[in-house]
Amino acid sequence: MSGHSGNCVDNIAHDWLYPGMGSLELGPVWLSLQLATVTVVVLLIVGTPLAWWLAYTRSRIKPGIEALIALPLVLPPTVLGFYLLILLGPAGPIGRFWVQLTDSTLTFSFSGLVIASVIYSFPFVVQPLQNSFEGVGLAPLEAAATLGAKPLDAFFSIASPMAIRGYITAIILGFTHTLGEFGVVLMVGGNIPGSTRVISIAIYEHVETLSYEQAHILSAGLLIFSFIVLLGVYIFNRRLPLNRM
Amino acid sequence: MTHLTIQSNLSLNNFLFKSSETLELNGITALFGPSGSGKTTLLRILAGLEDRATGFVSYEKEIWQDTKNRTFLPPYARRIGYVFQDGRLFSHLTVEENLRYSCKRAHKNLEKKKIIDFIEAVESLELKNLLRRHPNSLSGGEQQRVAIGRALLQSPQLLLMDEPLSALDLKRKAEIIPYIENVASHFQIPILYVTHNIEEATRLANRMILLSSGRIVASGEIGEILERADLWPLTGRLEAGALLQATVGLTKEGMTHLLIGKEILKIPAVNIQPKTKTRLRVQAKEVAIATELPAHLSIRNILTARLLSIDIEGATFAELLLDVGGQHLRSRVTREAVHELQLKKGQKVYALIKSVSFEGCLFT
Repeated sequence: MSGHSGNCVDNIAHDWLYPGMGSLELGPVWLSLQLATVTVVVLLIVGTPLAWWLAYTRSRIKPGIEALIALPLVLPPTVLGFYLLILLGPAGPIGRFWVQLTDSTLTFSFSGLVIASVIYSFPFVVQPLQNSFEGVGLAPLEAAATLGAKPLDAFFSIASPMAIRGYITAIILGFTHTLGEFGVVLMVGGNIPGSTRVISIAIYEHVETLSYEQAHILSAGLLIFSFIVLLGVYIFNRRLPLNRM
Repeated sequence: MTHLTIQSNLSLNNFLFKSSETLELNGITALFGPSGSGKTTLLRILAGLEDRATGFVSYEKEIWQDTKNRTFLPPYARRIGYVFQDGRLFSHLTVEENLRYSCKRAHKNLEKKKIIDFIEAVESLELKNLLRRHPNSLSGGEQQRVAIGRALLQSPQLLLMDEPLSALDLKRKAEIIPYIENVASHFQIPILYVTHNIEEATRLANRMILLSSGRIVASGEIGEILERADLWPLTGRLEAGALLQATVGLTKEGMTHLLIGKEILKIPAVNIQPKTKTRLRVQAKEVAIATELPAHLSIRNILTARLLSIDIEGATFAELLLDVGGQHLRSRVTREAVHELQLKKGQKVYALIKSVSFEGCLFT
């Protein structure tokens, strides 16, 4: 997606820079899908152990952690975006470290967007996972332990397959929620084609510049896609042979 | 005979288990006591499922827990099998996968003769026809059979069973009990069996550990414990009656004959192989007394006995201790009867027991 030699690339760049001129812009669509995928992968890696801990811990700080995780559900994205901008900016603690490490800034970059999205979509992945681990409960894990299964083994062989619905819900919610985010992206990522210009930003700009045709294509596309995915989840959840007879 | 040592205080929340005993385990040992006495908690502590419990536990020469020296063997490192009250089969796996799950994770480096292989376990519990089924499609009794098989495939040194039959009706219980007996005798693994049901305990166990409010009150051979008058408040005096050792004889005309010394006791037909040694509980209130051999009687069992003692109880009742072929039998009668029959210690009497009184006991 980078480089400026060759007609083809120039044409794509042209389309990005002048929205409404091309018939179908794939740039923001592709970028959004990339962002959502990376975000969900990161969230699963970070969120699973956390959800596991929350489901089984007897710690007193559990409610505090839960409230912290749920914050993105209630905060305006602008508040989250504002603090992230300060944290991730070249003057902020994380941003400064990133500049030293990579020689580039986190804000207004794809990496920055991933970090923002992970935080923004955190509850959508952690909560379904935590709920399903709580649903599995301690009983099967105790049984596994008496059958010689060490904790990690029991996690992969018993808890994860039993919590499969939670995983599916977490992946779908995390993915679609990241696809649909706007405020945080605008504040942290701005509108840089190929780097931070995701679907929702593109739609906003089309509307601002009164290119309704383009806005329609992207909006309807996102709407239909989201509906189909959610429909798929509900159908799949109903047919899932979790308790096979 | 194997030895289980439980020392000092095992405490967990407000439950305090006090003991400094080395318990002898052999065959099936009933862990018996009223609900809330700590039976299940003790079993869970032995299995390592209560990591907050403190104290000392060792089995044979292996130390499982020693809080002072910061030793705690997690459940997966203890060579035990655990059968939960509710089976806890893995619902996302088939019966065979459940059993293989245990096989794969059984302790390695065991002597070959100590390893229980898949086929052996499946055959002894007759699980072959269930292998492809899923746990949720099994009856309660089938689920517990699979759970026992799964625990057995750990090739354990000790089998812990937590009221495995409590969710089943009498008929299903009677179906499973022979499997448990078979496991104990065929595989020679000591079983610690939690129950609050005296019928189950007397039918299955040859030893008993009696628990009350988190303490081991008594342990030993089951007949001796049920005989002890000081333990009646816990074992249930009226219900306990006496325990007779019997040998199963022939079954004819709908009645099974049990041999008690030279005496024959007839009970409603049961499906047990002749010559099997078994135990039969006879409730004191089901035993009547005659001083002469009665005739024209519907009561099928007339046992010759010697009267060992008469305990007067309040204004109305008396309890008689009888000797039948060297074994004890109890009879609960009225004081009026004692007086009219002029019963005396050492006297020869006839103990009358209705066969019907054994109907529905765990044999049938």
